[in-house]
Amino acid sequence: MDAITADDVIVGAGGAGLRAAIAVCEADPNLSIALISKVYPMRSHTVAAEGGAAAVIKENDSLENHFNDTVAGGDWLCDQDAVELFISEAPNELIRMDHWGCPWSREPSGRVAVRPFGGMKVERTWFAADKTGFHMLHTLFQTSLKYPSIKRFDEFYTTDLMIEDGRCQGVTAVEIRSGQMRPFAAKAVIIATGGAGRVFPFTTNGAVCTGDGMTLAYRAGVPLKDMEFVQYHPTGLPRTGILITEGARGEGGIIVNKDGYRYLQDYGLGPPDPWPRKMAMELGPRDRLSQAFWHEQKNGKTISTPYGDVVQLDIRHLGEKKIDERLPLVRELARSYMSIDPVFEPIPVRPVVHYFMGGIHVDIDAATPVSGLFAAGECACVSINGANRLGSNSLTELLVFGGRAGRSATKYIHSGGKDVEVSVIEKQAEDAQKRIAELFQRTDGQETVSGLRKEMNDAMEAGAGIYRTEDSLNVACEMIGMLRERYASVQLEDKSNVFNTDLIQTLELGAMLDVAHALTHSALSRRESRGAHQRLDKTERDDEKYLKHTLAYHTGRGDPRIEYLDVVITKSQPGERVYGGEQT
Amino acid sequence: MSEATVALEVLRYRPETDEKPTFQAYTVPYRDDWVVLDALNHIKDNIDRTLSYRWSCHMAVCGSCGVMINGEPKLSCHAFLRDYYPGKLRVEPLTNFPIERDLVIVMDDFMEKLDSVKPYLIAKEDRPLSAGEHLQSPAQLEAFRPYTMCINCVLCYAACPQYGLGPDFVGPAALALAHRYNLDSRDAGRDERQEVAASNEGIWECTFVGACSQVCPKSVDPAAAIQQTKIASTADWYKALLPPWGKR
Repeated sequence: MDAITADDVIVGAGGAGLRAAIAVCEADPNLSIALISKVYPMRSHTVAAEGGAAAVIKENDSLENHFNDTVAGGDWLCDQDAVELFISEAPNELIRMDHWGCPWSREPSGRVAVRPFGGMKVERTWFAADKTGFHMLHTLFQTSLKYPSIKRFDEFYTTDLMIEDGRCQGVTAVEIRSGQMRPFAAKAVIIATGGAGRVFPFTTNGAVCTGDGMTLAYRAGVPLKDMEFVQYHPTGLPRTGILITEGARGEGGIIVNKDGYRYLQDYGLGPPDPWPRKMAMELGPRDRLSQAFWHEQKNGKTISTPYGDVVQLDIRHLGEKKIDERLPLVRELARSYMSIDPVFEPIPVRPVVHYFMGGIHVDIDAATPVSGLFAAGECACVSINGANRLGSNSLTELLVFGGRAGRSATKYIHSGGKDVEVSVIEKQAEDAQKRIAELFQRTDGQETVSGLRKEMNDAMEAGAGIYRTEDSLNVACEMIGMLRERYASVQLEDKSNVFNTDLIQTLELGAMLDVAHALTHSALSRRESRGAHQRLDKTERDDEKYLKHTLAYHTGRGDPRIEYLDVVITKSQPGERVYGGEQT
Repeated sequence: MSEATVALEVLRYRPETDEKPTFQAYTVPYRDDWVVLDALNHIKDNIDRTLSYRWSCHMAVCGSCGVMINGEPKLSCHAFLRDYYPGKLRVEPLTNFPIERDLVIVMDDFMEKLDSVKPYLIAKEDRPLSAGEHLQSPAQLEAFRPYTMCINCVLCYAACPQYGLGPDFVGPAALALAHRYNLDSRDAGRDERQEVAASNEGIWECTFVGACSQVCPKSVDPAAAIQQTKIASTADWYKALLPPWGKR
């Protein structure tokens, strides 16, 4: 099996992967890059991000504000050295996006405009109407076309990392078009495959968000960090989970329960007026808003619908002109998918799984503990997001850390080291292909992908949702463990080679089960409540025991091994997260 | 009472075993808030795991899921069953493209064309980061913004009669994207893009049928972009013909 060789392999061609690829080209145009993705770059889920990207640019703001908002928003689980670096590199990354043509929304003066987001003391979110992720992704993709050293492998599904001699030396991937396994030999590998929201049944995440890259690293011995922290976005459309951006609240939208009451004032986020004001009410952090919904629902104050209970997001008072100018997608989505026009009616919304704060354990240079292996974007955990990500930090994160991953990989390649052992890579690829062939040859399988996937989704929602308990997590751990065993008897119905989505979905399910396994065990072991990880049986934050990152190690068929790592605190000692009040 | 259902005929083609495409019939539950993609996913998960099609975001922004529905190019995540019910739906891959498998088309030609128009900002000079962002007024943004909305779903190529006649035509989405950068106040790359855009295979092949703009799910209006490019290119021609006055 002949290997494709490149200096640098990048797996994933969304925002972080593209930014990493461009960073490699900028650092050394002579390095060859193989950019591998299971979809065409513009299909990557960065495309669906709406509200904006945070960076300090205005005179009324400061790096210190961005630091404090991020660290408090993350309930002090962020590594503060990483946050400092992140906020200081953020403005230049967004300015660079302007230089590459990103159509940022503007002030009358011609400067970029910013809007407030939840948990922000000062408005600092750059936006391109409410399609910011779409515009950033297309800007990055189109800019990447300038660089001849980027060779794309679109619609290749990466199955394994090639680790030999303690360093990562490439990957194997299935060319979806032909069904052929292709080995890629490389001096460095960057994983940038995004999140894993599809582990849950109700999510804003597209079909592609199946945690493939997290599992690649996890199976290769890299720990997954802080996997128990899953962000519910407070405002998703029922049934589809389509995201209604936080920008809607940033522009002045309010949330009311079935009595028309702004209930967030009862959850430490009030008083309700004056409105809008930052760090209060509907502009509180996402974890608090989603948790408040859960309590309202329990108290019978939500509205029941065929697709679950909802509350109402009301933007009518903004008026048609402002809605069309600032929130055109919100209007388009509500009209198409809910048959309501938010100019005239409130939008039904409920909390929906949105973002994984956890991911592949990396340091501030985007390096994993395995030599030659890097990761960036949602699949990675630096950690700047701690226990709860601040809205609009993730688009900035994929630029800052995508760029760093590209530069780190370049430096690593330049630092010499040994040559890639191509023959070993080819041998490993044959082994990988045998495992896939075994899937095709299996004839006595009892399980289907769709059946197992549904059971996994249900187990995650029941056991590891917005609120968790020791009992619910024990059940979820057991269920996921069982499903992992049953996965060994999945039967492929489609035995063809060309564009076999039965096969790809089967591989994706395998990845998701490993992510779910790490997640449930990490959550079970963290016996406290912090940020997005809330336990009804351990309702307090416990800094003595758990001011630590969780590291989950893959152990093959057994349960993950859980270890802990100290959080890096530089200047902000853990305190209380204060929202609401009278501040302006 | 029996549950309401809807009938779909879906084009199947597996190049390893099928000599030519055939239609396969499926019956799925009818829900008035389901889109065609929901019906396809129902088939995939409950009836037939061998059916292949592309999709991801389910919110009309990733551009993966374009298909022909009763002969019209549509995003399957944005076409509601209720608009066809109780009629039958015929679902086929986008026309004017080779079929890779079932509803999956071969995208190579489009990807090459997109690349060929140099769809990236070509600045007059390198602007240092320390200079900050370009100043661009809301009016300057508005001049090109509508052409930034293309999601590369290629419905416009399926609708374009000229592209149907032969694959040489650069086509609506790629030409609209070139126009987008030409109109951007930060850009100075129009001359470089004209090599492709104003070539024989570029704007001049368009016969201004306007089908591209009608099927665009994002209201991009590639037809207008192509017409505007034609007018600008004609002005170039006069300028070139009448020096030195034309250069004033």
